[in-house]
Amino acid sequence: MNNQDMVEFRWHGRGGQGAKTACLLLADAAFSSGKYVQGFPEYGPERSGAPITAYNRISSERCGIHSNIYEPDYVIVVDEGLLSCVDVTAGLKETGAIIINSSRTPDELRAHLNGYQGRVCTIDANRISRDILGQVFPNTPMLAAAVKVSGVVDVDKFTSDMEESFHHKFASKPQVIEGNMKVLKTSMEEVQG
Amino acid sequence: MAHLDRLSGNEAVAVAMRQIDPDVMGAFPITPSTEIPQYFAQYVADGLVNTELVTVESEHSSMSVCMGAAAAGGRAISATSSAGLALMYETLYVAASCRMPIVLAVSTRALSGPININNDHSDAMGARDSGWIQIYAENNQEVYDNYVQAFPIAETENVRLPVMICQDGFITSHAVENIELLEDAEVKSFVGTYEPKHYLLNPDEPLAVGPYDVTHYYMEHKRQQAEAMRNARAAILAQAERFEALTGRKYGFFEAYKMDDAELALVLMGSTAGTAKAAVDMLRAEGRKVGLVKIRVFRPFPMEELAEALKNCRAVAVMDKSEGFSACGGPLFAETRSALYDLETRPKAINIVYGLGGRDVAVDDVRALYDRLADIAATGETGPVYSHIGVREEA
Repeated sequence: MNNQDMVEFRWHGRGGQGAKTACLLLADAAFSSGKYVQGFPEYGPERSGAPITAYNRISSERCGIHSNIYEPDYVIVVDEGLLSCVDVTAGLKETGAIIINSSRTPDELRAHLNGYQGRVCTIDANRISRDILGQVFPNTPMLAAAVKVSGVVDVDKFTSDMEESFHHKFASKPQVIEGNMKVLKTSMEEVQG
Repeated sequence: MAHLDRLSGNEAVAVAMRQIDPDVMGAFPITPSTEIPQYFAQYVADGLVNTELVTVESEHSSMSVCMGAAAAGGRAISATSSAGLALMYETLYVAASCRMPIVLAVSTRALSGPININNDHSDAMGARDSGWIQIYAENNQEVYDNYVQAFPIAETENVRLPVMICQDGFITSHAVENIELLEDAEVKSFVGTYEPKHYLLNPDEPLAVGPYDVTHYYMEHKRQQAEAMRNARAAILAQAERFEALTGRKYGFFEAYKMDDAELALVLMGSTAGTAKAAVDMLRAEGRKVGLVKIRVFRPFPMEELAEALKNCRAVAVMDKSEGFSACGGPLFAETRSALYDLETRPKAINIVYGLGGRDVAVDDVRALYDRLADIAATGETGPVYSHIGVREEA
């Protein structure tokens, strides 16, 4: 088993924000670009608003490991409020990055990251979602930012695959597809850090 | 032609069910297997299958629905977990002793209490003596492949026993991974048409199913049932051979991973085997002679074959993902140590209870077990035979 090129992601969100869905969409996107993927949530008491964790492993070979991820390359924080109650940078590789849903800049947030020295990125996913969709669905912009920052999937291929995926996912409400695509593109343009 | 996809373990099972298109599903949801009847109900609604989906008020009833369908001569399926399997307990025994080739998908989960929705094997292990064939999977691919093989095993004339297709709840049931699916026609052809010899809806042969069995007959029926379980051994291998011819994927009673010259070995079941293989690979790269045996078929238990696989080891750790409360180790340990007894020279054996209620096991945890086995091999001292890992509070 050789997973030298394996890239590992850890998602932190709150129940109901769609972190698990974003994690599975990242797996979809990586699968579509020919990778071996794992996308899995860590379940606890299923309460709306409770902190949840989800994980991705992406590699050019099948990964047989079925444990949680303790030393991720990338961490995605879908809810900024989690910074004060979850050790989001635990084990995060300095060569990787943390991507936080926030209206603040990376420099402003660095002080809240337990001395993490790696790359810090921010994206105001709530505002993008509210402006374009009229509601706060931060998971799609966070997914797009994760793809842009990690480079784990080619951005153009990701964009076209997501459009196809939305057609499948929103087959019963096609009116939301255009907005979600705009959210995706805006997020990739605006992510800082 | 293989079809590449990415599916969770639950969806993989649902796809296999759709491809088989059974006659009846008895359905009652319970975490973490709920998605299986959920996906399947969509297939029914979309007209992709001809299955009669019977939604009921409990798992006792969902298995009873399966038994009614099987008695009538149909192919019947269900899916469950944890307390749901426990609520089927009575009917599991009836299905097996009535020799009904039902297939039950189990996304394994801890049994209460305290209440917990996460994975361990205590639900399926509780049903290990119910007379069902039990086949365990490491990942989504294996649970799909096992499911496709289940009906041909169950329906083998000298077997006619129900089959439980087990996978680790959440860890594989909810993990999306790459998978190679067979074409629908390939699955239908592999599984074939079910032609029961005896069934209720046959006016030419009136019969009773499941009547009272007096003392004068009961023991004969039980011995025949035991013989059927022994016959299942050959049926399981025969279907594995057919499956390999179709897919190239090889299955047996267990997978012996890097065991040829292994001096230290683990015996375990389910998703942790994949994590443990990563540990084996790391240790092999350091020149250490380690391997593992991943049990696929727990019932019937491959006693002689397992002893043969372990006979040259110096130390073996058997990993149980259920606490048997025997005060001397879990069920897989009891079977494995019993298998080793017949060897002239046998490895030292310890039992590790792990992963209860979803407690995570990482590669380093498994590496530490091999270090412990190395100590046992070096010193000849087994130390505590039965212990738990990953526990924050030592007793």
